[in-house]
Amino acid sequence: MHSLSNRRGWGFWLQLGFTLLVCALLTVPMAMSMLAGLTANYFVGLKSGLTLHWVDEVLRVYSGTILLSLQIAFACLACTLVLGVPAAYALARRPGRIARLVEEMLMMPVAIPGLATALALIVTYGGVGDLRSSWLFILIGHVLFTLPFMVRAVLAVMGSIDLTTLEEGAASLGAGFLRRFATVVLPNCRSGILAGSLMVLTLSVGEFNLTWLLHTPLTKTLPVGLADSYASLRIEIGSAYTLVFFLMIVPSLILMQGLFRRGRPSV
Amino acid sequence: MPDSVMQNSFHLDAVPIRLERCGKTFAGGARALEPLDLTIRGGETIVFLGPSGCGKTTTLRIIAGLESPDPDGRVLFGEEDVTALPIERRNVGMVFQSYALFPNMTVAENVAYGLKVRKIARADRGRRVEEMLDLMHLGEFAGRRIDQLSGGQRQRVALARALVVRPRVLLLDEPLTALDAKLRDSLRLEIDRLLRGLGITAVYVTHDQGEAMALGDRIVVMAKGRVAQVGTPREIYYQPADGFVADFIGTMNRLGGLSRGGTLSIGSATLPWSGPEGAVELLVRPEDLALAGEADGHLGGTVAAAVFLGDRTRLVVEPADGPALTVDAAGRSELGRGDRVWLRVDPARVLAVP
Repeated sequence: MHSLSNRRGWGFWLQLGFTLLVCALLTVPMAMSMLAGLTANYFVGLKSGLTLHWVDEVLRVYSGTILLSLQIAFACLACTLVLGVPAAYALARRPGRIARLVEEMLMMPVAIPGLATALALIVTYGGVGDLRSSWLFILIGHVLFTLPFMVRAVLAVMGSIDLTTLEEGAASLGAGFLRRFATVVLPNCRSGILAGSLMVLTLSVGEFNLTWLLHTPLTKTLPVGLADSYASLRIEIGSAYTLVFFLMIVPSLILMQGLFRRGRPSV
Repeated sequence: MPDSVMQNSFHLDAVPIRLERCGKTFAGGARALEPLDLTIRGGETIVFLGPSGCGKTTTLRIIAGLESPDPDGRVLFGEEDVTALPIERRNVGMVFQSYALFPNMTVAENVAYGLKVRKIARADRGRRVEEMLDLMHLGEFAGRRIDQLSGGQRQRVALARALVVRPRVLLLDEPLTALDAKLRDSLRLEIDRLLRGLGITAVYVTHDQGEAMALGDRIVVMAKGRVAQVGTPREIYYQPADGFVADFIGTMNRLGGLSRGGTLSIGSATLPWSGPEGAVELLVRPEDLALAGEADGHLGGTVAAAVFLGDRTRLVVEPADGPALTVDAAGRSELGRGDRVWLRVDPARVLAVP
């Protein structure tokens, strides 16, 4: 295999070219957009000079949406941790038809379009107290949408270790359920919990479909604000906004990649 | 291992275990274990032996508290009825086939786990962990992570972890099965010395008859959820209760014979006999069939195969009629395929099944 891949025939260059082309297709628009956010006047082009003015403007006008997005993302993370980790544990410990069914049901919010889920939430809970105008309404939607990702990530790790025997080992040494869960189950599922957490944060910060229907003028999140600015303001502001969004989301994406790589079995 | 040191500084109580009508029926109605009565003496090493699915692991898990017996079954440690106690409150030490070591902890942390659960003070804990690691020749590995250890080292850590809390009984569920043959032998010796030295009541589950013979004070042979025989290794080997036990332990030959009025006819020979009358099936171990000359032999046959094993040569002899016989000859025997041989049967070493 090794010597084969070292002989770089025309096939290798063809593949390399194709890969680069696809990469360019994906990254060039992003780079252009970010550049637009730093350009003094997009219609004049780069020769109008680079500026942080637009980024500044975004932070001034839209800082509320950025903070709300972060607030919802972390609240969402807390909820999915509290709900998702025990749910994954229960599913892992009781393999069977019912467990598989529940697992499939958990995936439903991902399969159904966000707009439909949001509509269903509004129809069902829109009239409950002040919920409709509260940021908690958006939070509920986000938890519904991100929970499957947390459960799946944790379940994958739980499935790869012999959780039952580990727990039996701990129990034989005198550890009751809570101690076993805290000292054996959770630490050994850490990589799955971390991966799930980053996934939930990223998805929540970027969520638009659900949020667009669930938000009110007073509960605008970052992506909703982004859509607004694209629709109604100068392209430079929208682009600067995208830049801010990237700066928030890219570090967590990189961290997530690193985690997945480390989580892979080394043998 | 310095046995004397071990015996002086670390000796455990010898608590007897009593199982009363311990059966196990699973939710689907499948019977994993027929009701079982058994007393395991304090300090005894008892081995549950049988093919997979015979109920031996279920029995161990009932003793451990990982499974509960069917409603009228009872498990007693000494005079205490522990039937209703979950495993974490039974104070047992358990060693698993897959080690069940905690990958998130170092060797020393694994061993300290049970002591931490028991709220042993830090200084005392450290001393006991160190003592136990030394006993198991693991001192230099204290700070290692579990995935940096070999299989044999892992199982020694598991033993150390189970023993450091001074359990009332030690339960071992196929502890050597995951290891390769050579390691298995050396660790088996180590476990044997450990169990003798500690004086702890130990229950050992295996499907390997060699392990069972080497380790067990008594062996419980199980088949299809039932106890086939309970006895010392010698009893099991020389006086198997039935054909299943005879075939499962070691190699057993089967010979057809006819006994009448104090004599037994095998082939062309007639021997004095005090066993049952009529047509009998005779069970004979390979080492109890001796090679003889034509004049004093009882059975004639042709060598179908000869396997040189060093200390002996194992022959497969096909008699004129009846199934092939396995015979142990001297290692230096020059016999080979096609040779004509005569065999002698010692009636005192023959077991008759009517």
